[in-house]
Amino acid sequence: MARLSGGLIDRTKTLSFSFDGRGYTGHPGDTLASALFANDVRLMGRSFKYHRPRGPVSAGSEEPNALVELRGGARQEPNTRATVAELYDGLVAKSQNRKGSLSFDWLAVNDLLAPFFAAGFYYKTFMWPKAFWERLYEPMIRKAAGLGSLTGLPDPDSYDKGFLHCDLLVIGGGAAGLAAALTAGRAGARVILADEDFRLGGRLLAESHSLNDAPATDWVAAAEAELDALPNVRILRRTTVWGAFDHGIYGALERVSDHLAVPRGVRQTLWRITAKRIVLAAGATERHIPFRNNDRPGIMLAGALRAYANRWAVCPADRVAVFTNNDDGHRTALDLMAKGVGIAAVIDSRPDVRAQGDYPLFAGAVVSDSRGRLGLNRIAVARDGRETWIECGALGVSGGWNPNVHLASHHRGRPVWSEVLHAFVPAPAGGPPGLTAAGAAAGEGSTAGALASGARVAAAALSDLGFAATLPDLPRAEDAAQTLTPLWHVPGEGRAWVDFQNDVTVKDIGLAYQENMRPVEHLKRWTTLGMATDQGKTANVTALAVMAELTGKAIPETGTTIFRPPYTAVPIAALGGGDSGEHFRPRRLTPTHEWAASRGAAFVEVGQWMRAQYFPRPGETEWRQTVDREVLATRRGVGICDVTTLGKVDVQGADAGAFLDRIYCNAMASLKVGMVRYGLMLREDGFAWDDGTCARLAEDHYVVTTTTAHAGTIYRHMEFCRQCLWPDLDVQLISTTDAWAQLSVAGPQARALLERVVDGVDLSNAAFPFMACADLTICGGIRARLFRISFSGELAYEIAVPARYGNALMARLVDLGADLGATPYGTEALGVLRIEKGHAAGNELNGQTTARMLGMGRMVSVKKDSIGAVLSRREGLEAETRVLVGLQPVDAGDPVVAGSHLFAAGAARNTWTDQGWITSACHSPHVGSAIGLGFLENGANRMGEVITAANPLQGQEIALRVVSPHFVDPEGGRLRA
Amino acid sequence: MRFSAFKVVAEALTGHKGWGPLWRNPEPKPEYDYIIIGGGGHGLSTAYYLSNTFRQARIAVLERGWLGQGNIGRNTTIIRSNYLLPGNEPFYELSMKLWEGLEQAFNFNAMVSQRGIVNLIHSDGQRDAYRRRGNAMLLAGADAELLSREQVRGMCPFLNFDNARFPIKGGLMQRRAGTARHDGVAWGYARGADQKGVDLIQNCEVTGFRIENGRVLGVETSRGYIGARKVGVAVAGMSGKVMGMAGMRLPIESHVLQAFVSEGLKPVIPGVITFGAGHFYVSQSDKGGLVFGGDIDGYNSYAQRGNLPVIEDVAESGMALMPMIGRARLLRTWGGIMDMSMDGTPIIDRTPIEGLYLNAGWCYGGFKATPGLGLLLRASAGDRHAA
Amino acid sequence: MLIPHPLLGLRDAQEFTYLGDASLLNRPDGMAEGADRAFFDYAYLRDNPAGVHRELWFHEQGDRSWLVVTRDTTTHEILGAELARDVALKGGARWPGCPAA
Repeated sequence: MARLSGGLIDRTKTLSFSFDGRGYTGHPGDTLASALFANDVRLMGRSFKYHRPRGPVSAGSEEPNALVELRGGARQEPNTRATVAELYDGLVAKSQNRKGSLSFDWLAVNDLLAPFFAAGFYYKTFMWPKAFWERLYEPMIRKAAGLGSLTGLPDPDSYDKGFLHCDLLVIGGGAAGLAAALTAGRAGARVILADEDFRLGGRLLAESHSLNDAPATDWVAAAEAELDALPNVRILRRTTVWGAFDHGIYGALERVSDHLAVPRGVRQTLWRITAKRIVLAAGATERHIPFRNNDRPGIMLAGALRAYANRWAVCPADRVAVFTNNDDGHRTALDLMAKGVGIAAVIDSRPDVRAQGDYPLFAGAVVSDSRGRLGLNRIAVARDGRETWIECGALGVSGGWNPNVHLASHHRGRPVWSEVLHAFVPAPAGGPPGLTAAGAAAGEGSTAGALASGARVAAAALSDLGFAATLPDLPRAEDAAQTLTPLWHVPGEGRAWVDFQNDVTVKDIGLAYQENMRPVEHLKRWTTLGMATDQGKTANVTALAVMAELTGKAIPETGTTIFRPPYTAVPIAALGGGDSGEHFRPRRLTPTHEWAASRGAAFVEVGQWMRAQYFPRPGETEWRQTVDREVLATRRGVGICDVTTLGKVDVQGADAGAFLDRIYCNAMASLKVGMVRYGLMLREDGFAWDDGTCARLAEDHYVVTTTTAHAGTIYRHMEFCRQCLWPDLDVQLISTTDAWAQLSVAGPQARALLERVVDGVDLSNAAFPFMACADLTICGGIRARLFRISFSGELAYEIAVPARYGNALMARLVDLGADLGATPYGTEALGVLRIEKGHAAGNELNGQTTARMLGMGRMVSVKKDSIGAVLSRREGLEAETRVLVGLQPVDAGDPVVAGSHLFAAGAARNTWTDQGWITSACHSPHVGSAIGLGFLENGANRMGEVITAANPLQGQEIALRVVSPHFVDPEGGRLRA
Repeated sequence: MRFSAFKVVAEALTGHKGWGPLWRNPEPKPEYDYIIIGGGGHGLSTAYYLSNTFRQARIAVLERGWLGQGNIGRNTTIIRSNYLLPGNEPFYELSMKLWEGLEQAFNFNAMVSQRGIVNLIHSDGQRDAYRRRGNAMLLAGADAELLSREQVRGMCPFLNFDNARFPIKGGLMQRRAGTARHDGVAWGYARGADQKGVDLIQNCEVTGFRIENGRVLGVETSRGYIGARKVGVAVAGMSGKVMGMAGMRLPIESHVLQAFVSEGLKPVIPGVITFGAGHFYVSQSDKGGLVFGGDIDGYNSYAQRGNLPVIEDVAESGMALMPMIGRARLLRTWGGIMDMSMDGTPIIDRTPIEGLYLNAGWCYGGFKATPGLGLLLRASAGDRHAA
Repeated sequence: MLIPHPLLGLRDAQEFTYLGDASLLNRPDGMAEGADRAFFDYAYLRDNPAGVHRELWFHEQGDRSWLVVTRDTTTHEILGAELARDVALKGGARWPGCPAA
């Protein structure tokens, strides 16, 4: 039908849009649903199970039926509620959950088979033959289920996150919310007013009420202008506060650009709002009254019909009927009549009511059935056992209102039943601290009541916070008492829908009762009631009432419904906040990154770090070639590698040595100044945790290194020990991981190279022996630290300079060492060098291994207490016989594969004969074959034995010889050279 | 009553008048041979296997709320046997084999769906670790496959292969893994146990134990004292509280773990996917919702709800892994109480109190253990049934 | 959640890392007789109350203080926060009902 008069749409502009490929027009201010109504489209969706034809039942975010796929391509949004999708020029929408067209859906055959699809039917069948579940039944069910679809394409839009703080958060911008915001704003409090709609006003936009004898929108506009002008008030339009979390923190979603064809900037912003006090003015949701075939397009909530007529100037039909158990239904009739819509009848279940205008009234009657395949055309009215059929294209149903208590129950506090309102209202206690409901959300349904309660609740909250708030002068408004005689459903034959989307009917609830699925949670789970995209906003209370009727108990005894976040569904992209793709985690670059990149290095992710993996040279066709070259160049000349990523903790204080003695399982207090010692840390449960070096630069000054992976956790642990366990020790800690660039300089020519940069320090073996360290300067005065330590088994040093010099030092060393064969190497060669030397790294220190397994059992001092020492000696760990060994293929051409399991030659292959596993493996250019490290039962006593490495995952069985883990220089001559 | 396609058809044609209660609502008897505290998955499966073995035994399950109220009613439904250590893998594989015949055994469709799980690999070290695990699985008689990046891509083309911060380098796949309809599992066991005479007593909260001379004699409940020869405790996150009534401290902390479900969507995710470089795993339910989760919130809690940082972190990880899910909406979040043991290992044992048995400490992994655990507890609690 | 840092005021819990029960302050003496039993209790056993819980949080993204926070595990309400160092210097985190370490 044509547009009605009035409404809050801008008729001067026309917007084009399409639905299922057909072009239509609407106006700014329209939603997709209102614009489709204006184009005589009532059918907008299909139900989940029976694929019943459906149109909107509501005019808001509670909509269960009119779900569409909005936009196309990578921006396609499934399950978008047409009732809140703001119309824009060029909007494209498709109907969903259908096979064929929306008006002819092949899957509607399900509706004919409905008797077979009763609640819980799938738990009772599809079990035979067993293999058919995954192959036939489940794929069939899955295809038919679901609603809209994802395209599989990456979301192209950007998202943002923000943090806001306020004294008072007002949730909802209707009468109560505006009154609350005005009260608080005028008092000078920091106020945030958030409303999910694109226009403030809430129900005031949907009703024909006047305020101060003028249209309510005048008052809304004035209030909005005043709030906009207040610097202490922030209005968030198109913003849903969707979750109440701890300590006054609320999650809110602002749909910044969803009303545009393509976002300008971000699409949506996720706000984390921290509020001292909260006014929940989220309004109420109307209930329907289930009757036979109550789900046809055109059958709607009465308040929604009013909203469409008053706000959007549309009505789904020329002739409308109303079915009600309260006065709201009559108001609907009057509003529609004022707009020129014909009223076929008002059917009121209360016998003693009178018509409030010139329309046919059926008092003491109910609607008992309906007709119309793709849209309503007739209803049956039953009174005194007689049925009358009435022609109408739309039916407004009003069963009363449920306050929107959702956020008040997000802390799992239960709402309480009001015998006056016949509805659940927020409990006075047990909700999120600082939150108070106002207006219809608190059961104050009249306009005057909502305004007054909003102002009152805000004023009380403000006085709690020490603000002097005065109650504002509120406009004159209707103050009709809400009278309602509950009618929860119309009894009778056939199917009467309670949960529209999931196709749960009154009969299904009866079946759940019959099958003893009576606790409300069983009812929900058995029938899927309340599990649809509206989360039971329009269904839960009605279902409880039906179950209460069956059990003969009162509604609150039957159960309460609490809601979990989110209030309405939130796009996952918005929750992710835009940190996707490359931005998922920060990228930490080492000090020599720039130099390495200029040399064409390949990089690899090591936690958040990007490290140079290897440095390919022209002509090298394969990574192994490069790595072999880097390894050999190091073993023969000198290699340089950035090891900055190792954690560094500076430990200072008179008790630094005593402190480290308790941190490391081996002794550190006895370390001489100017020397370094390898250290092993245990967890308190006795397992090995981390290893590194500990250098003593002065009596009261140590520098500790950790593995890259544990840099953060070990520092945290050391602070725990310092502050919580031994606060009496004089010791201070600071993490210096990022402050110092550290390069490993390894190989027989390492000393020769370093002598070219250090400022007048004798590096001879006598003056600066293995495990020496010193503070010194290099390159004419740059501060540096030098440690003679080796991870490769070669004569080696690590040199640290302030991080900003790292890149230059790398370049300088490679330049200066050209004649010595100075070669940069990456993490791959680093790994090969350490496996060849038999040093443990992450694969060996995986949190499930012990000092004993690592061959370091004797390092755990029994002369002192240290973290983990006591429990490292417990029975279970003492009995562990697997130790770290070297492994070499019997046939030099065979691979060694990490992750293979070790077995005695000829033993059966199963869990119980398993004797260990290979932790690390590589090709060793030094040995000339693949090699590996692994933990092997009783390994120390099995040198030379040939065992089997089984890798059934890749069909491999390799004969390996057990050897010392030190493939290079087992006597340690080289590193002491 | 036996469930079958014929029965469903017959009832459909006769107005569903013949369906009876799935289980009775019995009044508690004064005494039982076995009392199981906790009507969640573990408690119900234990009752089921006990009742199937010891036909004459008098067995009751005491549940403070409604059956299946615990973590079985609020989990992400994954079943798998892809464990590493010899203490774990054979047990979970036993459980997996039970899953495979479960529905036929208890005559209830719990929608056990073996659509596979893939654990993604993002580094060489991770591949080594997963190879070790995959081999451990095969050696224990389970199935496992190591997938290349291209194989993963063929299976899940929607994952981020283009601009990932941590590129996908492969995956460890267990094809026999998958999901099961969690409530269905609870109900199947409950119905099966009820049919064997187990009294499932809802709204019956245990408030204390009666212990004399180191031996448990029964339990005090909100519905009065009930005597028992043996009492098993299977109350997950409430373990500390319940065992505290018996004077025991446990190596357990209760933490909140959140889980998430999206609005219904047409089929898009084939099986279960776990992200190896962030806290995220996902599957899709038969109804079409994406069911996903991540890390625990990380603080002790009995509140059954979590906070925003973890919601954001999980969504961020999801977006990093599969940027298509950005257009899907999060429909519901919930939180369960996890009985986190100090070393991640569950406790299934007798206690120093004679006749009192404990099953706890499953952290966030108890669901998949439901059948195996029940069988195991039957073995440990029933071993001296005759005595 | 927001944690009332004794030096810095209310801070978002996201800045912190959680460790657990504040009884971890009461580390037994590893050289004492019977240390193995004491360490088993210390490392593994917990009261795990449903209610008021004293627990350790580390202000990792902040001033690196360890705090003892008193919080209700059923409501998440925070009843107080102190520097763990102060608590430790006062003799640890024992409270009634906590067995001696």
